[in-house]
This record gives sequence, C-alpha cells and structure tokens, in this order.
Amino acid sequence: MTFGILAFGAYIPRLRLQRKAIADAHGWFNAALKGQGKGERAIANWDEDAVTMAVEAARDCLTGQDATRVEAVQMASTTFPFLDRLNSGVVSEALNLGQDLATSDAGQTQRAATSALMTALRGGPATLVLAAEKRPVKAASPLEMTAGDGAAALLVGEGKPVATLLASATRTADFVDHYRTPESEFDYQWEERWIRDAGYMPLVPPAIKACLAKAGLGPEAVTRFCMPAVLAKVANSVAKAAGIADAAVADNLHAVCGETGAAHPLVMLVAALEAAKPGEKIMVVGFGQGADVLLFEVTDAIADLPARLGVKGHLARRKEEANYSKFLAFNDTIELERGMRAEADKQTALSALWRNRATVTSFVGGKCTQCGTLQFPKTRVCVNPNCTAIDTQVPEPFAGKTGKINSYTADRLTYSPDPPACYGMIQFEEGGRWMMDFTDVDEKDLAVGHPMRMMFRVKDIDSQRGFRRYFWKAAPAAQTETSGRA
Amino acid sequence: MAKGIRDKVAILGMGCSKFGERWDMNAEDLMVEAYTEALGDAGIETKQIDAAWLGTAIEEQHVGKSAVPLAVALRLPYIPVTRVENFCATGTEAFRGAVYAVASGAADIALALGVEKLKDTGYGGLPQRGRGTLPNMTWPNASAPGYFAQLAAAYRAKHGSAPEDLKRAMAHVSVKSHDNGGRNAKAHLRNKITIGTVLNSPMIAEPLGLYDCCGVSDGAACAIVTTPEIARSLGKRDLVSVKALQVSVSNGTEAQHNSWDGSYFATTRIAATRAYQEAGIERPRDEISLIEVHDCFSVTELVTMEDLHISAEGRAIHDILDGFYDADGTIPCQIDGGLKCFGHPIGASGLRMIYEMYLQMQGRAGERQRQDMPRLGLTHNLGGFPHQNVCSISIVGRYEG
Repeated sequence: MTFGILAFGAYIPRLRLQRKAIADAHGWFNAALKGQGKGERAIANWDEDAVTMAVEAARDCLTGQDATRVEAVQMASTTFPFLDRLNSGVVSEALNLGQDLATSDAGQTQRAATSALMTALRGGPATLVLAAEKRPVKAASPLEMTAGDGAAALLVGEGKPVATLLASATRTADFVDHYRTPESEFDYQWEERWIRDAGYMPLVPPAIKACLAKAGLGPEAVTRFCMPAVLAKVANSVAKAAGIADAAVADNLHAVCGETGAAHPLVMLVAALEAAKPGEKIMVVGFGQGADVLLFEVTDAIADLPARLGVKGHLARRKEEANYSKFLAFNDTIELERGMRAEADKQTALSALWRNRATVTSFVGGKCTQCGTLQFPKTRVCVNPNCTAIDTQVPEPFAGKTGKINSYTADRLTYSPDPPACYGMIQFEEGGRWMMDFTDVDEKDLAVGHPMRMMFRVKDIDSQRGFRRYFWKAAPAAQTETSGRA
Repeated sequence: MAKGIRDKVAILGMGCSKFGERWDMNAEDLMVEAYTEALGDAGIETKQIDAAWLGTAIEEQHVGKSAVPLAVALRLPYIPVTRVENFCATGTEAFRGAVYAVASGAADIALALGVEKLKDTGYGGLPQRGRGTLPNMTWPNASAPGYFAQLAAAYRAKHGSAPEDLKRAMAHVSVKSHDNGGRNAKAHLRNKITIGTVLNSPMIAEPLGLYDCCGVSDGAACAIVTTPEIARSLGKRDLVSVKALQVSVSNGTEAQHNSWDGSYFATTRIAATRAYQEAGIERPRDEISLIEVHDCFSVTELVTMEDLHISAEGRAIHDILDGFYDADGTIPCQIDGGLKCFGHPIGASGLRMIYEMYLQMQGRAGERQRQDMPRLGLTHNLGGFPHQNVCSISIVGRYEG
C-alpha cells in the first residue's frame, strides 16, 4: 500500500463562448481585444457555479471508486458562492458522503488548490481534493478573454496510486499581481509583463530547483510541466530557466478552455495524467503570492483506472456559444428586462431544506423493503398501488442512475434565465421517476426515450436574499459515453 | 357502491357573468353579476338560501381568503358559507358542496358561486404561485402549458401518431371552440380563426402554440340548488337534476410510479367510470348528448375524449377531425366556446360548464341551442398537472322522476 493520487476527474462546462464574439462586442471600445479574438473559453451555464462544478468533477473522479472510503473533502476556489457557509459541505452533501467527514474550504489565492493538494499528500485521511472556479469578469477586460470556468478533483490516500508525490516545495511572497476584496466584484490587475518579469521568473524557478533537489532529480527528468500562466510563453520561459525541456511544457488549454483560476493547476494535472504513461514525471506549479511546486511519478496502476470523462471527455462535450449577451446575462452583469414572472419570490425555507436535505441535496429516494419498488422522493407510504406499505422504505441513491425521457416540453412562457425552459418526466430504468428541469440540452434533441443522467445544479437564485438553492437536473446521458482515458 | 346523488337534487336557477377582460370590475362585481341572474332565474329571495359555497382558486389575486368575501358581496343572511379550492376543479367543488348539502337534508336551498379575477396580474397567463416548501425545491420551474404540453410527447410516443396529425387535430379543437364562442355573447373570445392561424401561432410550450391555449379571463358563475320537490313547489317545470358528481384526486402514482405512460389522465378515466355508474349510463358514446370538458389546452381536450370513454383509445384524432365533437356533430364538445373561448376564470369554470348544460336542457341556449332535445350533459374539470391532478365530473340532465 502506498500513499498518493488514487483517482482523478475534471469538469469543464459544456458551453464554449467564442472569443470572437467578445472581440466583436468590444472592439469598438478596446481595439486591443480584436487580436485576442481567437479560440474559445469555457463558460458556466446560468445554473453552474464553483460548487456544482466541484460536484461534477468529484463524481468524475469517483468513477469506479468506493466513495465510502473518502474521509475528508478539501475544496479550493477563489469564487465560492458562499462566504459563510461551508462550500465543501454542500459538495459533500451532494455527493452523499455522510457526516463522518472532515471538510474545509481553501481560497484567497490562485495557489489555493495546489496548497490543498500538498496538504492532503502529506498523509493522513483519504481526501477528495477539489478545485473549482467560476470567474467573475468585467466586460471588455483582458481577463474576460483569458479566463475559463472549470473544476478538477483528485482522490488522495492509501492504496494503489496512479501517481505518487516525489517531492514538493513551496514559497510565500506577498507579490500582488491582482486582487479582489469583499467590496469588489471583479479582479483588479497590474501589467502582465511585470507579473512575468518580477513575479513568475524570480519566484518560480528557485522553488522548482528546491523541489527537484528534494526528489534527487535533475530538471530533464520532468516529462510534463503544468504551470498556468496567462501571458503566452511564460511557462516556456520558466521551464527554460529551470532547465526543463521545452517539449515537456504542457498546453495551458487557452485555445479550448481558458484559465480556470485556482483550479487550473489541477485541471492541467488531470489533463497530464490522462495522457501520461507509467514512469512519467509530472510537475505542477501553482502561482499566487508565492509558488507551490509538486513533482509526481505516474505508476503502472494508471492503466487500470476505469474510464472517465476527465478533461478530454469534457472538452469533447462541447457546444459553441456565439451569443455574448447570453454570457453577460448568465453572469448577471447586464440588466435585462426579465419580465414579471422573474419577480416570483424564491425564498428557501432553511428548516425545510435541512429536513429534506437527503431528497434535495443528495438526491436520495426510497426503496420499499416489502415490494422492492424504487421511488423518488422517499415517502412514508409506498407508491406502488399494489403495496402502499407504511414506513418500509430504505434510502436509495438516485444521483448515479440513468433515466429516460417519458414526456417533455420546451416552455417559453415560464421564466427561465435560458429560455425555452426544457423539462419533463424522467423515468429511471430500475424504477422511480420525477418531473424535473433539464439542463445542458437543446430543444431539438428532446425525444421520448432519450437517456438522461443526473447533474447537480443551481435550482433557483433568491435575488432578494442572496441565497441560492441547489437541486438535480437531467442532462443528456450520451455525453458520458466518451472517455478521457480509456 | 354508494347509492349516489342521482336525481336527488335539482337546479333551481343559474347565472353567469360575461367572461373576459373585465377591467372595470372587481371580483365582488362579477359575483353580483352572476348571482343576480341566478336569483332571478330561481325566483327566490336571498333570505331563502340556507347555505353557500364559494369557489375561488387564486384568491390572493382578488378577494383574499375565507368565505367572507362571498357573504359580504351578496349580503348573505349570516348563513354557513364555505370556501373551497381544488385547482381548476374549484367551481365544481363548490357545486358539489351545495348539492350534497341539499341531498343530505341539511339545507333546502343552497348556493354555489365560483369566481376568479385573473386580469389583475399584469400579464397574460396564470400567476405563478408557491407550491409548498419541498415542491418548490424539487419541481421544475414550469408553467401550466408546459405541464400539459407533455401529454403530446407521450401521446405521440404511445400511439405512434405523426406530430403533424396530432397538431392538426389539436388545431381543429381550437377552431371549433372559436366557431362556437362566436355564437355566445358571454364568451371572452368571439373571433373565428382558421387551422392556419393555429398552426402558425407563436410557440408557448412545444407543441402548444398560442391558439392551443385557453383564455385567461375574469368571470363568475352561480348555481342555486334544491330538491326536485321544492323546485316543483316553487312552480318550476322542466327540471334539470344532478345525475352524478365524481371527483378523483391523484395520489402520486402517476408522478412517482412507472405504471403511467403520461399520455392520458388516470383520474379522468376513474372519475368517468364512477360517474357513468352513478348516473346509470352504460354506453356514454350513445347516451351523452353534450359535453363540456377542461380544454385548458387543445391537447387536453383531445386526450380527454378518450379518457371519458367516448373516443376509443388512439382514435380521438380521427373523431375530432371527422367533426364528431363539432357543434353540429354527434356529441358537441364545448358548444359554448369552452375554456378556450368562453374563458377560464378558474373558480368559475366548473359552474360555467354546468350553466351551459342547464340552458341546453331547457332549450334556452339561444343561437347555439342544440335542436335534438339534449337529455344528458357531462362536464369535466382538471386541476393541477397531468401527472398529479384533481378531476371532477358532473352529469346533469332532464329530471324524469
């Protein structure tokens, strides 16, 4: 038994905003953006945030794993939807991991995720390390072009790791390249070339050197070098300064995803693990008020890891979005006339949410021990017309089940942040059904019998009180058929 | 089975307001409008009413809670008044309360009044309301057309119907209601339309377009009921009596158990079977003269023709297109324009349907009067959603006792 990374997963939202759409919208104002209007960036759907993306990355990571072995959940983000409510607690509840769990949130810096991973890798409980980011960006800012939304997950613990930590090093320096305060909605950023010359170049190579020294390896040993940096070629310059081969520098996914903030070092690590062969050495750098450097060796066990979507599979699960104003509307950075139906009060009864948390957050239904009927939600009296036994149901998780569309519509009357609102009856294959919202679906793809899977999403946003409510929605299941690592 | 309500209660008088966008009227005014007609028709005075039932569904929009608004609006003489609400079956529920009170002997004369003032919401369509703490957390953010539109998807899948055939039959339903509404001075929508109008109307919830949806209207309807004996003692002839009153309420099976295919209303099938039994009807397709059904959406009327055991399963499209349910067809459906064109003030709708039957049985329906001596009329309401609903059915007819 060895300690290390036991499994990995990722989540990149399906919508890809074409950068040309951003440039077209703002070119009149900021001509410099025109030159950046290439490729696409991942944008969260209106019902996605760091919590929902972390849940999906974690589910991807736990593919084929025994979730009951998870003893701790650490979530890193600088864009947690809640400032005072444990976000990793919401994620853990959605994952139905139970209460015998240590949880913590880490944020405040772009290296929050690498620091959390480093802590988890010191040994101790089996830990799910999650990183997710939905980055708020100001219209016509450079960050709007370069940022992306996404998440990554790593299961760290004792077992047969797919990668082990050879060494790590860390540095702290209060280098302020950008910042955000509780009062400010968006990042404030200093010049990119200064960040490169006064930040990355002097701070990162010494940390790499220290890490390699601990590992007793030379820089030529590194086969994959994962370091997010927005400005082109910064990673190459750092690698060169540290003596790492240019060929080892990993694609920062700028063209297809954008930089997912604090999550990005782990997103790049997962992408590297998906492609790596046993024996390869992967270096990951997290940069922000200092630097974290981690060096991994990929083991033979990686060949045995069950297929998952990962970065590759999620990048393949893609829909182009050329409508820039939709992006603004999804992020509530444009004041649309949403109509009177949008004014409905969305207050959540927190007492009822707590009472029904298994149903609402964990998507746990019931199974009648008398007749075997599966039902959602779990109720006191069995729904089977030939049974109706009282208090015979035991909890039955539904989140992992596949269902089929029994009926559907695309509704243009009801308020939806992304009309038409698609919803319908989902009939689970083993039994049970529920009328539910659909997400990540196109109206033209709706059909009776279409297979759907469950995804954890924002159900409602209470704009009066700032609370957001989560629930599960149905999304086309065909998307899971591709695999990042097969 | 219990003995049922058949011929125990007669309708003494009825009234109905004009339905529509009654910008100049409060709910109280609409109540008085319907009541005045009913009272005059019954030939009684307010003080003769022993008990009353108020049916209103979205009371937050107009009168507020309790039965007090009815008692105040009509200045009822401190009698028992009960407010009922059961989604779109509300009006029929009010009627049921009054009828049962008379049948039990607790009241000699009872009143049922349904009202809804929907045009104070600020937009078309029904207002969105909270559905309770847990449903708010788990149900889709859906509209009424969105829920009912799903019947089409499931119906097509079950019967292998071509989408365009179903859509054409649905369009015929709407065209027919507009034709009929044009002959009804109290109807909200009185314009004639063509199949093309329906097919080309803006999409509301796939496959329901604007003209597949009923009108959202203000209105009130009222019934005064008593026993046949008292009615005769008050000088009434050609009595219309209640033959059956049935309500079936979903218990969650359709919503949670995979035995339902989504293409029909389980509650309507059950309520219809019980209502026919209560009324002594063995062959509804041969015996029923007229029907008014809950055509909130064209597809609802279509599947209801099968749920009422009048069209054979999978055959409603053909019956509809053949004109079986037209005003001059074998069994006219919505001869008064239906919810589609008479309008749908929720609490009033059930009573509005009975009002039409009452007029037709007495030969007082004017321009739209059926000339073949209608004998038995069925009214049908659906409240809620196809997968979880309340169905009420009433059968009224000529009193032949």
